[in-house]
Amino acid sequence: MLDKFDILETLNMIREECLDVRTITLGISLYDCQSDDPRRLADNIYDKVMSRAHNLVKVGCDIEKMYGIPIINKRVSVTPAALLCGRLTRDGAVGIAQALDRAAHELGINFIGGYSALVQKGASDGSRVLIESIPEALASTELVCSSVNVASTKAGINMDAVAEMGRVVRRTAELTADRGSIGCAKLVVFANAPEDNPFMAGAFHGLGEPETVINVGVSGPGVVASAIRRAGDCSLAEIAEIIKKTAFKITRVGQLVAREASNRLGVPFGIVDLSLAPTPAIGDSVAHILESMGLEQCGACGTTAALALLNDAVKKGGVMASSQVGGLSGAFIPVSEDAGMIAAARSGALRLEKLEAMTAVCSVGLDMIAIPGDTSAEVISGIIADEIAIGVVNTKTTAVRVIPAIGCKVGDTVNFGGLLGEAPVMPVNTLSPAKFIARGGRIPAPIHSLKN
Amino acid sequence: MLRPPGKVRPMKAVISVIGKDTVGIIAKVSAECARCGVNILDISQTVLQDYFTMIMITDIDGITVPFPDFVDAMTRIGSANNLKILTMHEDIFNTMHKI
Repeated sequence: MLDKFDILETLNMIREECLDVRTITLGISLYDCQSDDPRRLADNIYDKVMSRAHNLVKVGCDIEKMYGIPIINKRVSVTPAALLCGRLTRDGAVGIAQALDRAAHELGINFIGGYSALVQKGASDGSRVLIESIPEALASTELVCSSVNVASTKAGINMDAVAEMGRVVRRTAELTADRGSIGCAKLVVFANAPEDNPFMAGAFHGLGEPETVINVGVSGPGVVASAIRRAGDCSLAEIAEIIKKTAFKITRVGQLVAREASNRLGVPFGIVDLSLAPTPAIGDSVAHILESMGLEQCGACGTTAALALLNDAVKKGGVMASSQVGGLSGAFIPVSEDAGMIAAARSGALRLEKLEAMTAVCSVGLDMIAIPGDTSAEVISGIIADEIAIGVVNTKTTAVRVIPAIGCKVGDTVNFGGLLGEAPVMPVNTLSPAKFIARGGRIPAPIHSLKN
Repeated sequence: MLRPPGKVRPMKAVISVIGKDTVGIIAKVSAECARCGVNILDISQTVLQDYFTMIMITDIDGITVPFPDFVDAMTRIGSANNLKILTMHEDIFNTMHKI
């Protein structure tokens, strides 16, 4: 029999604590779309995405209605487009992005990811063309997301790609300057990119994935923060237990939704991503979880330790709740998408250097950070190199999604709207790493013993 | 429609209602249940400081309309009477709270 206290707890999580399923993402392989003719290639991609995903939004809405749990995003990820760009010119590659965008609009999904390249060891012709086309592709589309994997623990860091991505980020910002440089909010530079990530902007359908697959990303920072607040004065070991139990419950909902979506769409279930993904809404903030543990404000000394505890407990609780886990799995700290992070960045409590330290213990990286519009491509490459090095050495995923807000300076605010939120422009160390970046080549893969 | 093969236990839905207390809330909700072939198994209801809260557990085995339509009908009653009505399949509670 259903227990009334359980019912009330679930209702409270949904009504008061912003519990939701953040995304159902349908992965689609594009291998069979290849063609010599750029126009035919774009048409093939459009047709394939439309035919496989035509039911996605309806199924998502039906599941939402059945269980009374909001499913915020319905998304599609595709095979890294660079694999199809070998014989294309830059315009041909942009044509692929536009075909993806057209399909996404028609399907009514929130984003489509996979305008991506994997260049951790070097760039193929297709990858080179795709990377070169990213600024124009993101400026001429609305829903397409792009990512480039520039490093891995096995391959080391491709510093030529890091240098190139500094220029690409800057150019993307310039081409979308009239919209708050929003193109950069849809562009991620990765180390150790996961191939089954359901979250944007970094989602793509990995090389070893099936023809189609359903991946689900859960959320619920508000639920975790409330549970910690209710616990009152207790030790950190007890806080870790509370987070584990809460993460278990949150993830079980994700698993339920993933199974149901997989059944209804007739698509295999891939993974549940055990994530705490914030939104700018009040009561849906990861920073507020850290503050509920006893920090005056996110960014204070102790923030990295609190985040490490949170990230680990989320995984421990979540992993038992789902039959298959993957993706990024952990706490996200995107500045513009988190009310507590926005406040901390605005007050000066949270700086880029502290965020970088935090990324060493959480699931992604420097995410949704607005930096001054006059930041040079070399400095952006330097930021990327530092963050990527953390991921490569620590055998984890890290990523950079910074937005050089053209025309803005420190203290200004850039508003992206919706889930992307608003970002106070944060100061950046402007000392030049130009000579270091210009050297190019590869930083070798790290040694896997003598770990200290 | 929703029942996994081989399962014999009746399927349930939970209807929760919150809002300012007025005459006839239970009547309206239960009339809609009857119209849709939904059998009420249990009601717990209180009024706290003029606020009406109710949790109704129902058997939806004999439901005569698609479940999403029933959810919509309940939501409409909610908005017409200034109430927040959530109708949820029991699986979300079972999944979340039982291993």
